[in-house]
Amino acid sequence: MHWINFPLLTIMIWSGVLIYWANDVYELRIGDVVILNFFPDWMYDLFNIPYKLSKGMAYHFVFMWLFMLNGLIYIIYTVLSGEWRYLLPQRKSFAESWQVIRYDLGLIKQLPPQSKYNAAQRIAYSMIIFMSMGSMLTGLAIYKPVQFQWLTNLCGGYEAARAEHFFLTIGYVLFFFVHLFQVIRAGWNNFRAMVTGYEIETSNEDSK
Amino acid sequence: MKKITIPENELPKYSRRTWIAMIQLALFSGIGYAGWRWLRKQPLDGGLLGGIPAPLRKGLETNEDLFTRYYDQGRLVKEYPKSKAATDVRINGKIGQDNSFVSEDSWSLSVQKANGDFLEIKLPEIKRLTKTEVIFNFKCIEGWSQISWWGGVRMSEFLKAFSLEKESMFKYIGMSTPDTEYTVGIDMLSALHPQTILAYEMNGQPLVLEHGAPLRLIIPVKYGYKSLKQIGSIYFSNGKPADYWAVRGYDYYAGL
Repeated sequence: MHWINFPLLTIMIWSGVLIYWANDVYELRIGDVVILNFFPDWMYDLFNIPYKLSKGMAYHFVFMWLFMLNGLIYIIYTVLSGEWRYLLPQRKSFAESWQVIRYDLGLIKQLPPQSKYNAAQRIAYSMIIFMSMGSMLTGLAIYKPVQFQWLTNLCGGYEAARAEHFFLTIGYVLFFFVHLFQVIRAGWNNFRAMVTGYEIETSNEDSK
Repeated sequence: MKKITIPENELPKYSRRTWIAMIQLALFSGIGYAGWRWLRKQPLDGGLLGGIPAPLRKGLETNEDLFTRYYDQGRLVKEYPKSKAATDVRINGKIGQDNSFVSEDSWSLSVQKANGDFLEIKLPEIKRLTKTEVIFNFKCIEGWSQISWWGGVRMSEFLKAFSLEKESMFKYIGMSTPDTEYTVGIDMLSALHPQTILAYEMNGQPLVLEHGAPLRLIIPVKYGYKSLKQIGSIYFSNGKPADYWAVRGYDYYAGL
């Protein structure tokens, strides 16, 4: 399920940018100074984005079902298997996550005790699930703003829902880079665990 | 995730298991990639602008079925006060509006009836009917939207006034510009929506040419590309009528 997410999300983001291109109005600015323009022309050209709105919509509105289905299966699995106990943040997680960040930055040497995931992971991985639910809801609010008007209103209107949908996606991309960096840093044993589902430690018979 | 502690001498067994898992991952990646290649090689539907793979068109049609079922005639598009309506209304297309239109006097709306007869309707006959105004957020498929104010006659009222009840039993209404270049097809349910109007006014003034004079469709439950400007003819059918943007890879339904 985790691994299916990668190609699916790639397709969703790619087709989403094809759609966004047709009205690419978002930018980050402070006062009159534009810090980031979504997106510069060289980026569109690099990924062959322009003039593919219809194609983008066709992919987006078909693959959205797979993305939703995958998310749903993941949530059902997490609840039924009891894995949610390792995933959801605990009361202490919020304070601890700060220590984890300091550890990651090399400021302290000792990680707080953890089970499967550390405090920062609990928060990040739970957040990404809620973000994907947010993408689903804001997406529906833009896709069918008349039939689901209550939802569109909840998002603060049609234009607001479009912006929220967009910036959630930017959030995914940022998450992805941090995630990738952490996986590389954690090394082979961790990556193997991501694939096999178990982590291996070796020991001598008598140390048990 | 299980954390398992194993003695050194059992490591090969787990090493084998790891390999199997890795191969599985590679295999599934391969299947996924093959599926993607397959999709990308499918014949294109709506090739006029590059088109979309035929299976995706099927997907869009499935979405259409699903959302047609969920559609409710009672769900109205949000309306705004007139003061919110844009004065500088965006013009986003001129397709099908050639110079054949000279004046309101020379123009008439041609309606093909179920029995094959044609009605030729002049503008004053339409203006005589009860006027309905709609001030709503017009949504373009490109992603922008703008609050605009339109006046005209409800489609449902128009059909009744010209005794087209039998025709409104068809599944679709087809429309085209006088030069037949721009066409749209609309499912009857959406056409009969209480906010779907044949508009002859914008911002309280008679329509200008760029906005589709003398008569245009305004259908708030659809994306803007369904709101055909300068209607020349209307007909009814059970099959999907020709649609300019649908054959260019866009969704036929375009329902909001």
